Amino acid sequence: MRKLFFMAAGACTIMATGPAMAQEAAEALDPSANTAYIFNTLLFLIGGFLVMWMAAGFAMLEAGLVRSKNVSMQCLKNIGLYSIAGLMFWVIGYSIAYPGFEGTSTDFFGVAGFPYAMQGVGEADVDTGYSIASDWFFQMVFCATTASIVSGTVAERVKIVPFFIFVTILTAFIYPVVVSWEWGAGWLDSYGFSDFAGSTLVHSTGGWAALMGALIIGPRLGRYVDGKVTVMPGSSIPLATLGTFILWLGWFGFNGASQLAMGTIGDVSDVSKIFVNTNMAAAGGVVVAIILTQLLYKKIDVTMAMNGALAGLVSITAEPLAPNVGMSIMIGGIGGAIVVLTVPLLDKFKIDDVVGAIPVHLLAGIWGTLIVPLSNSDATYGVQALGVVSVGIFVSVISAILWLILKSTIGVRPSEEDELNGLDVAEVGVEAYPEFSRG
Amino acid sequence: MKYIIAVIKPHKLEEVREALSAIGVAGMTVTEVKGFGRQKGQTEIYRGAEYTINMVPKVKLEIAVAADLAGQAVETIQTTASSDAIGDGKIFVLDLESATRIRTGETGEEAL
Repeated sequence: MRKLFFMAAGACTIMATGPAMAQEAAEALDPSANTAYIFNTLLFLIGGFLVMWMAAGFAMLEAGLVRSKNVSMQCLKNIGLYSIAGLMFWVIGYSIAYPGFEGTSTDFFGVAGFPYAMQGVGEADVDTGYSIASDWFFQMVFCATTASIVSGTVAERVKIVPFFIFVTILTAFIYPVVVSWEWGAGWLDSYGFSDFAGSTLVHSTGGWAALMGALIIGPRLGRYVDGKVTVMPGSSIPLATLGTFILWLGWFGFNGASQLAMGTIGDVSDVSKIFVNTNMAAAGGVVVAIILTQLLYKKIDVTMAMNGALAGLVSITAEPLAPNVGMSIMIGGIGGAIVVLTVPLLDKFKIDDVVGAIPVHLLAGIWGTLIVPLSNSDATYGVQALGVVSVGIFVSVISAILWLILKSTIGVRPSEEDELNGLDVAEVGVEAYPEFSRG
Repeated sequence: MKYIIAVIKPHKLEEVREALSAIGVAGMTVTEVKGFGRQKGQTEIYRGAEYTINMVPKVKLEIAVAADLAGQAVETIQTTASSDAIGDGKIFVLDLESATRIRTGETGEEAL
């Protein structure tokens, strides 16, 4: 669906002809095309602000799942990364993501003109069928989502400056290149890879970057001692729950607006179907996580139920339109099972993932991508696997190099004392909960 | 005079306070504390990993009473704070040398 976007590059020519002509062109359109333009744009705007709000969801989820001595730091990272992502996506990111590829199997990298030019006041870019500014905004918030995924995994033990530098490269280069391969009509798209709203392009990309970060930065101090996992419970389950619900809400924009069009009754019906499938996949993920934790541990872990919701959402993101409701519940439910089974597995490998972003975004993202051919006959298992592997290799290699460079130059970890005292005091200077003793 | 220190389950505090007021205990000092006894903490599960909370939250009462009221006060705390389950806590009784009401300077049982 996303491949429509390379047309946006052509929109610049309209702007070049001046406001008067664009105005006339807009008026010359027949009323139904006008209506379609308005509704398509509206879909991008509504979807865009819902996905923007996912930044709040990530912030609250992570604030709730880190210890109280690192909550300010986590909030700072989230508001910082959201802003850096927007800036970098405007400077160069969008131009790399939508370079104007012709759809051949050799399109690996390209850059359109930058920075991205918005339309002038009162102008419309009618050729595209939607406002190019609404399109840019919608694409930008996806870029920010990718960066949010990394911050949760490497929480509580990475310094703010190297983290922000990583986010800068991730949002200016790594994520845009991956997007260009598929939604930018690049080589993966030409092979017939299918990723509706970004199980691989957004979630696995963030997940691979997070995994490399966790491996290279290492676990939190005292996390794995003598082969045992030291549990470091989160500071606020209500905040984490609120964050999960905010993400769930935002996902209707993430998947629903990835239909990219709402100008016909067919499109608006598809958007509606996507809403239902998205919701039911999340519900399936939660219920499976509840049942599995009860069976495995005799108690129901609320944080796993939250991860189950998110894993369900990530799983259905690669194809939220084609499956029927039952299939969506199954796809999301298996996503929930993946989380419950792989969270302890990561601990066995001493990979410290504070919020469970690797199981949720990477592993459920892979699952969601691989299962697309079950409901979408245009996709094949082989090409889906090719997409998963190629994105995995590209993102992992570049991320690993970047984390290693940061580690060997400015260093990624705070001093032992700073980490034990908490990064709120050491790096932010503002404690999240100054009226309580430190935990 | 006797000084009674009782460590009880937090949710029993209100019941114990009412019962002690009813038998004429005039005041008490309450502190939220953590500790362990034979119960040795409790095991919880977080994201697939078991962990033990060694220190369990409790409430500590401190009460100064006239010597003849001490026995009844201890019995009242024991019966009210009991839930027949592990972790109900303990009661300690000490001799109290003196007591002074700061506002008036009264001493001894007058000050209680």
